[in-house]
Amino acid sequence: MVALQTCLQSLPELLNLQQELKRKQEQRKNYLAVCGDTGCTAWGSKHIKDVFQQCLEQKGLNHTTGLKFTGCLGLCESGPVVIVFPQGIFYQKVRESDIEEIVEKTLLQGEIIDRLLYQDPVSGEKIIYAGEIPFYRKQERVLLADNWSIDPSSIEDYLALDGYGALGRVLHSMSSAQVIKEIKDSRLRGRGGAGFPAGLKWQECNEMVSAQKYIICNADEGDPGAFMDRSLLEGNPHSVLEGLIIGGFAVGAAEGIIYIRAEYPTAVQKIRLAIGQAEALGLLGENILGSSFNFRIGVSVGAGAFVCGETSALVASVQGRVGEPRQKPPHLAERGYNNRPTVINNVETLANVPHIINRGAETYRLTGTKKSGGTKIFSLVGKVNNTGLVEVPLGMPLREIIFAIGGGIKGGKAFKAVQTGGPSGGCLPASMLDLPTDFDELSAAGSMMGSGGMIVMDEETCMVDLARYFLKFLNDESCGRCFTCREGLSRMLEMVEAITKGQSSMVEFELLKELAAVVKDSTMCGLGQTAANPVLSTIRYFEEEYRAHIEEGRCPAGVCRDLISFNINAELCNGCGACRRKCPAEAIEGESKTPHLIRTELCTKCGICLETCRYHAVNKL
Amino acid sequence: MALLEKQMQVDQENFTTRNGQSLVALLQEVQEQYNYLPEEVLRELACARGLSLMEMYSVATFYKSFSLQPRGRHKIVTCTGTACHVRGSEKVTEEVSRMLGVKPGGTSEDGEYSLESVNCLGACALAPLVVVDGEYHGNMTAARVAALFREQLKKMKGQSAESFDKVIEEKAIAGCSCARLLAGEKN
Repeated sequence: MVALQTCLQSLPELLNLQQELKRKQEQRKNYLAVCGDTGCTAWGSKHIKDVFQQCLEQKGLNHTTGLKFTGCLGLCESGPVVIVFPQGIFYQKVRESDIEEIVEKTLLQGEIIDRLLYQDPVSGEKIIYAGEIPFYRKQERVLLADNWSIDPSSIEDYLALDGYGALGRVLHSMSSAQVIKEIKDSRLRGRGGAGFPAGLKWQECNEMVSAQKYIICNADEGDPGAFMDRSLLEGNPHSVLEGLIIGGFAVGAAEGIIYIRAEYPTAVQKIRLAIGQAEALGLLGENILGSSFNFRIGVSVGAGAFVCGETSALVASVQGRVGEPRQKPPHLAERGYNNRPTVINNVETLANVPHIINRGAETYRLTGTKKSGGTKIFSLVGKVNNTGLVEVPLGMPLREIIFAIGGGIKGGKAFKAVQTGGPSGGCLPASMLDLPTDFDELSAAGSMMGSGGMIVMDEETCMVDLARYFLKFLNDESCGRCFTCREGLSRMLEMVEAITKGQSSMVEFELLKELAAVVKDSTMCGLGQTAANPVLSTIRYFEEEYRAHIEEGRCPAGVCRDLISFNINAELCNGCGACRRKCPAEAIEGESKTPHLIRTELCTKCGICLETCRYHAVNKL
Repeated sequence: MALLEKQMQVDQENFTTRNGQSLVALLQEVQEQYNYLPEEVLRELACARGLSLMEMYSVATFYKSFSLQPRGRHKIVTCTGTACHVRGSEKVTEEVSRMLGVKPGGTSEDGEYSLESVNCLGACALAPLVVVDGEYHGNMTAARVAALFREQLKKMKGQSAESFDKVIEEKAIAGCSCARLLAGEKN
């Protein structure tokens, strides 16, 4: 600990400290990793960690056994997740009452507790070691790999894994041109959505002549259904900082800004803590590691606006103005923050940078496709068995991600579609499952990579309703600057709402398609240009479903409320009254122990009765 | 009122000395302190910073996290992200709204509860999600909302100085359907 209070003045000092910390960690091979990510915290993992702490102290094990409250361990569905190291024994859904047993049996005697093991949803077999669970085995975890061994509030854990080594190498043996060349050679493409080559972006900014330049880390992860940036910031904040500092060196910026959305308070807190730690060690500030490079990082917290993920809007927001995009060019590399050359990179892009420097571009690009190197983190969510973050080589087919890693569809239902790319992306049907997850392939199929949200949908999801959902989202979030986006989206939303109510016609349907094309072609920023994607892609692949709504007044998935009704099957109903008591509209009547009846004129179609009935007597028509 | 004025003086000194701060960050600080953006404070700040009230207002209304109305003591948030949506968050939000007698974005008349629906909280694996006073509740269904509130209201009772009965009484006066629920629980 003494060493950590000193400011590192040179590269050898950093290397010494890394070695020292590594030795210390090796002495403490026994440790428990308790997942502290939002998902597991919601399952009560904070309390689990505290109880483990008490238990270890009581038994006098706290000096020999470590306890780490880590970032996302991946299988969010099974939280709270606890992994016992060095063996890597994976326990899921750990309760307070299990803790003593885990310490007594597993930690002290190496015994496995069967009931806490993960059960594979496909084969039904129980799996002991984390590395053998198909969910992990089929992934290629690079950025998330260290989450298992890093406590995000400790810079020591990061340093013990050679953290900031890439920065040391860059500052002492590379020029900015060499760094940029390395990133270009690695074929790293921006992970925020558009997929612009990161090295090229840096080069453009590097070539600008200016007394002051800026580099901004875009952590305004606004895509609903995506949370990989949050997990990186919360799980391994120093890897993002290291990438940002290297980026600053490459473009010639002395100041970096991390723009985080307000909805992620934990990430804000963790990154602020990490910046403080890096400053204390001299990894940020003047003459970093004895070089002539000065760099500092500030944090700017967003205030809740999706459009601020767009780079020019983001700059406006950082400067405290209304987050409206502006016309480009001039590009941000020319005139960005404070009208100076600015480069903006996504969190995940920056987290890749130290890995590229450490492994070399040649090795790095062995993973991925010809045009884009490396891995990509997806947030695999929706109606899939194993939900959570998955990191796979770029180009892995959708089928493998959803079925081999995700364990297939929940409840044995049929796969219907997968939505990628957030509100700007699109829905892909079962026939496209063999499509490789690559920037260009996904765009050609009418969707996009986006930031990596992957929402799986089963037969009970209505695609028209989903298009309505995205339009409503985008209509709310449109900044209103371009007429076609502001008005076009409102009209499109009206049209799609009419379809979900069975009040549309084929003529209007054609008009919807036409309007979608107009919005796409005539708006200024990325939000408007891609706003029609959810509608166009669902029409492209699921036109049948639109037609069923329009021509037959039927919602095949049973979602659109105006087109469905509920009734009770008198033969199955035993009159238990559970549905009657729960019905918020008091629309169910019937005497005890006699079949009940739903009064359709009062029914709000909330579906609570269907959820409540244990005898499957409620039908949705 | 006197207290507010005194507070404002202190704030102003703090704010005006920090010229480098962005307006968004400034408003965030005000909101953190007052739980919303009071008009008087905005007027004072506009003067102090040489901004027009319109500029203040445009920023305050553009961003979703700012509120020009006082917000409730208890904050209930429902997530309406895509993952939550496909797992039925719309019905959950509706049920929460009905139970509290508050529309999304609104606050109950007695100033007890605020309901907000946000686009994504980034805990998609737990969809659908309801957050009560910062506590996350995953895998929610419309049918489970009642049980969640029952549990939460009990906790609130512990924190609040008012007695449980009084809370029920107040709810009954406000005509909130929570009263029905709580009365049922008590019996």
